[in-house]
Amino acid sequence: MSGHSSYVPSKGVMQWLDARLPLPRLFYDSFVAYPVPRNLNYAYTFGGILALFLGVQILTGIVLAMHYAANSAIAFDSVEKIMRDVNWGWLLRYMHANGASFFFIAVYVHIFRGLYYGSYKAPREVLWILGVIIFLLMMATAFMGYVLPWGQMSFWGATVITNFFTAFPLIGDPIHQLLLGGFAVDNATLNRFFSLHYLLPFMIAGVVILHVWALHVTGQTNPTGVEVKSSKDTVPFTPHATIKDGFAMVVFLALFAYMVFYLPNYLGHPDNYVEANPLKTPSHIVPEWYFLPFYAMLRAITFNIGPIDSKLGGVLVMFGSILVLFFLPWLDTSRIRSTAFRPMYKIFFWILVADCVFLGWLGSKPPEGVYPALALAGTIYYFGHFLIVLPVLGLVETPKRLPGSITEAVLARNGGGGTPAGAAAAPDTKG
Amino acid sequence: MKKLLPALLAAGLAFAPAAFAQDGKGPNENSASEQAAAGQDPAAEEAEEGHAETPHYPLKEPEELDWSFAGPFGHWDLAQLQRGLKVYKEVCSACHGMKLVAFRNLEALGYSEEQVKAFAAEYTVQDGPNGDGEMFDRPGIPSDYFPSPFPNPQAAAAANNGAAPPDFSLLAKARAAERGFPTFLFDLLTQYQQGGPDYIHALITGYGQEPSPAVEKSIQPGTYYNPYFMSAPALAMPPPISDGQVEYADGAPQTVDQYSRDVAAFMMWAAEPHLVERKATGFVTMIFLIVFAGLLYVVKGRVWAGTPH
Repeated sequence: MSGHSSYVPSKGVMQWLDARLPLPRLFYDSFVAYPVPRNLNYAYTFGGILALFLGVQILTGIVLAMHYAANSAIAFDSVEKIMRDVNWGWLLRYMHANGASFFFIAVYVHIFRGLYYGSYKAPREVLWILGVIIFLLMMATAFMGYVLPWGQMSFWGATVITNFFTAFPLIGDPIHQLLLGGFAVDNATLNRFFSLHYLLPFMIAGVVILHVWALHVTGQTNPTGVEVKSSKDTVPFTPHATIKDGFAMVVFLALFAYMVFYLPNYLGHPDNYVEANPLKTPSHIVPEWYFLPFYAMLRAITFNIGPIDSKLGGVLVMFGSILVLFFLPWLDTSRIRSTAFRPMYKIFFWILVADCVFLGWLGSKPPEGVYPALALAGTIYYFGHFLIVLPVLGLVETPKRLPGSITEAVLARNGGGGTPAGAAAAPDTKG
Repeated sequence: MKKLLPALLAAGLAFAPAAFAQDGKGPNENSASEQAAAGQDPAAEEAEEGHAETPHYPLKEPEELDWSFAGPFGHWDLAQLQRGLKVYKEVCSACHGMKLVAFRNLEALGYSEEQVKAFAAEYTVQDGPNGDGEMFDRPGIPSDYFPSPFPNPQAAAAANNGAAPPDFSLLAKARAAERGFPTFLFDLLTQYQQGGPDYIHALITGYGQEPSPAVEKSIQPGTYYNPYFMSAPALAMPPPISDGQVEYADGAPQTVDQYSRDVAAFMMWAAEPHLVERKATGFVTMIFLIVFAGLLYVVKGRVWAGTPH
């Protein structure tokens, strides 16, 4: 947090460096002395987990890129060379492929945690918007990464997704051709996707730095939603948050390892072990699981709305579903941050979670029968949540009584049996 | 549900955005006609088809077998892989290539270097160009890959009723019947990753059944009914093997069922040669991570002991 630094460099090199470039001071203030609310739960550990997975993806990706060949004639076989002949290549590739999925699991928990505890509300709007930008960059990176193995789903997924851009009048076709480097997905597409797939993670890392910077200016939210009022409300990041984040990271890594070692192809599609064939369309093109809710929304619009045809409508709805998140800080009219004190919003929050899972399920179904109609209902509810429920609920809802401070809430919970004096006498933090 | 709503379904297809026209392409079509359609625009093809019925394939779910390589301690049954190699070499390789597997890889099946050299030498491999610019044939060496039976996919398709026989290298990972809800959730716990071998076994043993009259109408001429085929009621491959066709030296039953188990296990090895190494590494990794997590949890408890939170 902003404020004067408490860093006292030890003698020697650190003192010398601190006087010239206060890098040790920056790290000390950001990751050692940085005060965090004492009541953070495990939902707050996913920021650290995401940083870890960005690191895992970049490291495995750099090594994979040493062996991968971005040429449509040999890309598929070069991936198989990695799987068969490169030392530990199978591990690197399965880590990278499943790492993308676990990256998205973590980011979805992180986003929904933000929604639950009102992390987007003033003064954290910029922090939230940076987060949505990271999410968009992640989606672009993951999509382009999925094209690189040059399997059937890679090729046809790329064909379908890039086709969206032709929906836009006038600019659509030029954008489409620029993106593909031609009129169809081909070698030129693979080359530019590889280039961008290598570039975007570093852009993500850059925005992550801004995201963490913004976080350290405003400080973290906490499950009560009550701002930090005194040093009694906080604990120093190290060792308290470090050890808790560390524990959560290792548990998450254990789940990750379980998939990598025992179910490495569970989240993939068998068709991607068939080399791309532009002449043979798979019977059912599905994106990776983390895109399914958006895919369902895209296909939910099966009718023309005035001058907007169904295709453009679907594309607008899909982009709109993320665009709406940028305006979230101003759409929520409630002054209460944490859902724990908003009994009505709590219900709507969980309906939104269920709606997203429902849309994900629909995204995996063919666009036939009742599915488009159900997807339309789910899509309408998704937008209704942000555009109607959130603004209205803030005005009509009666929140529960907020605790006076974080410490008060913590002591009320822990000293429930009735020794507040003893609890208050507990050694407090230095933060 | 889909059967109850053919009309709605047709409406859904008609309204579907053009971008996804290829999506709705009916899997009725077998691979033979897909190959024949080479060169056509898939979207146009879909418009021509315009059928409103999308039956669910495969018509029958494959039986789940016990594989030695299943589960957290999965390992290869080397005798089975050797039998599978024999079946592949004597039967399947007449039509199916296996271009990603090299002869040197066969040492993993329990063969010695000399045996692999002798095995490779039985094959003729084209090499070159030599100093005179000529391509020449020579006996295979361990670093060579299994030669494919056809020079290119077009030749393979032309010789096989329009459907090129797929390469074996990855087939055990590229084929699987869809696992519905909630089975796919249980698969997380049972570590089910044997969809490919189960499918291959079911397909090879699934010939010779009587189709229902409704299904019979949709069978293309020149294809063979097989309710386990994942994208149509019938496929271009005739029943590939019969009882007693391959002689086993180790006394294993010489039946289609046993042949298909052995070749499916062999194909799983071909598709995922590091499977056993992966699972063994996973065991050590899991133990490390769980112990490490436990230690961190204890330390975390100590750090936070004096801080109500």
